[in-house]
Amino acid sequence: MPNDNTSPKILVFSTDKISDPGIDQAGLRKIHYSPSVYVINMPCSSGVKPRWILHAFEKGFDGVFIAADGHECSYSASCPERTNDIIIASQKLMAEKNINPKRIRMAALCSVCAEPFVSHMENFSKILAGLEE
Amino acid sequence: MRQRIGVYICHCGGNISDYVDVEELSKMFHKEDGVVVSKDVMFACADSNQKAMVEDIQQYNLDAIVVASCSPKLHLHTFRAVAGRAGLNPNNYVQVNIREQCSWPHSDRPREATVKAAGLIRAGINRVVYSEALDSIEIEVKKAAMVIGAGISGMKAAIDLARAGNEVYLVEKDYFVGGHIAQQEKLFMTGQSGKEIVKRLYDEMKSYKNITVFTGATVSKVTGSLGSFNIEVKVKPRFINGKMDKQSVKRVMDDCQVTVRDRFNEGLTTRKAIYKNYPEALPDVPVVDMEALRDHPDFLEKHKAVINPNEQEETIALLAGSVLVTTGFDNYEPKEGEFGYKNIPNVITLPQLNRLMELSPEKLVYNGKEIRSVAFIYCVGSRQKKGENKYCSRQCCTSTIYTALQLKEKYGKIQNYHLYRDIRTYGKQEILYDRASKQGDLFFKYEEKELPTVEMNGNAITLKVKDYLTNKKELEITPDLVVLVTGMVARADAPHISELFKIPIGNDKFFNEIHPKLKPVETVIKGVYIGGTCQGPKNVSEAVQSSLAGASKITALLKSGTVMGDPVVARIDADVCTWCGKCAEVCDYTAIRETITKAGKHIAGVNRSVCTGCGICAPVCPVNAIEVAKYTDHEIEAMIDGFAAEVEIREEDVSAVNEGKEDFVAAHMKEYPQIWKDILDTLDTEKKTIPEMVDTLNMAPEMVTWHLMTMNKYGVVSPAGTNDKEEYYYYKIK
Repeated sequence: MPNDNTSPKILVFSTDKISDPGIDQAGLRKIHYSPSVYVINMPCSSGVKPRWILHAFEKGFDGVFIAADGHECSYSASCPERTNDIIIASQKLMAEKNINPKRIRMAALCSVCAEPFVSHMENFSKILAGLEE
Repeated sequence: MRQRIGVYICHCGGNISDYVDVEELSKMFHKEDGVVVSKDVMFACADSNQKAMVEDIQQYNLDAIVVASCSPKLHLHTFRAVAGRAGLNPNNYVQVNIREQCSWPHSDRPREATVKAAGLIRAGINRVVYSEALDSIEIEVKKAAMVIGAGISGMKAAIDLARAGNEVYLVEKDYFVGGHIAQQEKLFMTGQSGKEIVKRLYDEMKSYKNITVFTGATVSKVTGSLGSFNIEVKVKPRFINGKMDKQSVKRVMDDCQVTVRDRFNEGLTTRKAIYKNYPEALPDVPVVDMEALRDHPDFLEKHKAVINPNEQEETIALLAGSVLVTTGFDNYEPKEGEFGYKNIPNVITLPQLNRLMELSPEKLVYNGKEIRSVAFIYCVGSRQKKGENKYCSRQCCTSTIYTALQLKEKYGKIQNYHLYRDIRTYGKQEILYDRASKQGDLFFKYEEKELPTVEMNGNAITLKVKDYLTNKKELEITPDLVVLVTGMVARADAPHISELFKIPIGNDKFFNEIHPKLKPVETVIKGVYIGGTCQGPKNVSEAVQSSLAGASKITALLKSGTVMGDPVVARIDADVCTWCGKCAEVCDYTAIRETITKAGKHIAGVNRSVCTGCGICAPVCPVNAIEVAKYTDHEIEAMIDGFAAEVEIREEDVSAVNEGKEDFVAAHMKEYPQIWKDILDTLDTEKKTIPEMVDTLNMAPEMVTWHLMTMNKYGVVSPAGTNDKEEYYYYKIK
């Protein structure tokens, strides 16, 4: 069966203790978002490697979203800055491959942030759908 | 690489299979390379299915399993245990979340939900192919615990730890134990004095030979990790000759005329330079304030038999398997001019009033004036939208109202005015609020945007407030005393403790637990726990509850002499690493240090018992020499490949997702999860309402309701009329 879903394909990196439970909450409350959103959960958003992000683009993902712990991170107070560094490093690699830097985004999500997650996905999908390259 | 994989796709009684064609998916993955078993099961978590999985693993010699069902937060440990029972390494199991992150959020689009589930499961299979049979890290633990902070939380925890047979080192920064509680004349709700409680706990501690109390002591250095923390403690001198009898020491105290501001009495009085916080303070050994006596050599010479000015600070090295931090809080200190603080004479804080009351046995007098009316301004330094302390300090509403009740009880005719934003006397504390209202206290509600003002008007204080209870009417009060209800803030030395033990600090500057509900006293540092008010504002009961939880965790940890550490830690590719040090720079836990291989190569070395597995080191490595177990490049990239792969599912099967579901469910009765069986047991003899089932099962109402509705949907149970009051439906077995 072909996938007739035309929404942009988004890879989300979530975190085990904070943002992934928030994404689960969206499901638990049957708040709908695009089925083109796929999630990989990590211990901490500071541990996402830029090469994985590049790999996702090479495999056809339209966007990558890092659902970070922000200041709630239980590992490191510098988590937001470190995650931001990963975004910057990724965008440099993306530039080398002519991938629009707008195809990567990050936002802090809490463990009950169901609506904010869905809202982020909707907004990001719109941005991705509107990109002209 | 794993080559004999079992895949189990759960219907979850329709929660998944109503929207995702799990039968078709199980057929599809049966054809996948490396997949030996692929099954769709009614409830993956049901006992019968767990047994079947164990049999499959053994019969088909499976070397890995994938379970596609609910969120890993629910059943990760269930299926790890299944793998373990079958002789499979639990790390050769991957959980795929096709419920919370697929069937439920995409219930509006079952066709796409099935396609997505296929991608998720394929990613799980790809990941498990690269999964490693990781062994947990066995760590020896010293059966000794250090508790830092000897307030009520620390003392209670120390006693519990000692009772369980652990060696306990209790380290207190002050020269006397008890912390803030010793400053309270009476405590809600028993009415006991704080000093009585401190004495009782201290006496109990002394009855345990395995508790060593260090006062005037601070932690200065920490090395090591879970199981063996090497901790250096510096103990300040008391400058008292320990061989002298108590009478001789008392004579010197009586003779001392040098006084300084008394911190214990919140600066309301002075104390002598040889002092105890209060006469019964413990340990029962005074302290010489050598700084205050520095300019009094004659006094020191006169009493040289008792005072030893040359006593030196002592450094003690201790070894502890685990650490409980119960360092407590500081009171918020209002800024100069904040509601007239320090500028207007009769404006004090709540902690100051509490001390003033204890020091004033008959009449309440301040600045030479007898106090007949008191106005409390709540939330000073708390719930600040623009300030630093955004949080509610939680205990101050109750503390204030209890103090107001004590004012009337102790001094008779005193009028109390309460200027509050919201009253938060939760739980049993609400009784106090009611009592204060009945005794004639007056309550005025203000908002942060229109704060009350405090001014001097001649010799009197004028307090103006816009009262939101009377349509913002501006009221004027002329109280004898204005009391600023200040909240709790993180201790000034919290960053120092954080730096020593690497405990994360939150935005509120208190210590951060891993998870407020699921791991409320654990920190990300293995073996380091937090309890009491060092993790946020709490009342006494809550503080003790959390410290005792920490003590229980430590007792369980130290009990066996060894603990199994999580194998999900960073590791270095020695061939690739060239030691640039960037990984060590970003590691908050100093888990990475430069090491030299046998071949003489300088590389990064990971202390596996310290590493938290956060992975922060991996992206910063310029040569990609670091990876975290279970989050390797192979595994993550293979997952991405799985998401991206084309999915081929026969269309007609997806459109018929719900056909024949009831029959299918009925045919799989034996696979019901335990909660369904429990519900059916309660309905075995008679019909019941949901509240009756909740009482019988002792479960959360929403849990019973949720499962009952699913059972109803598939014809396992059915409604059987309403109860007499027509409030609830009865349910019976269908």
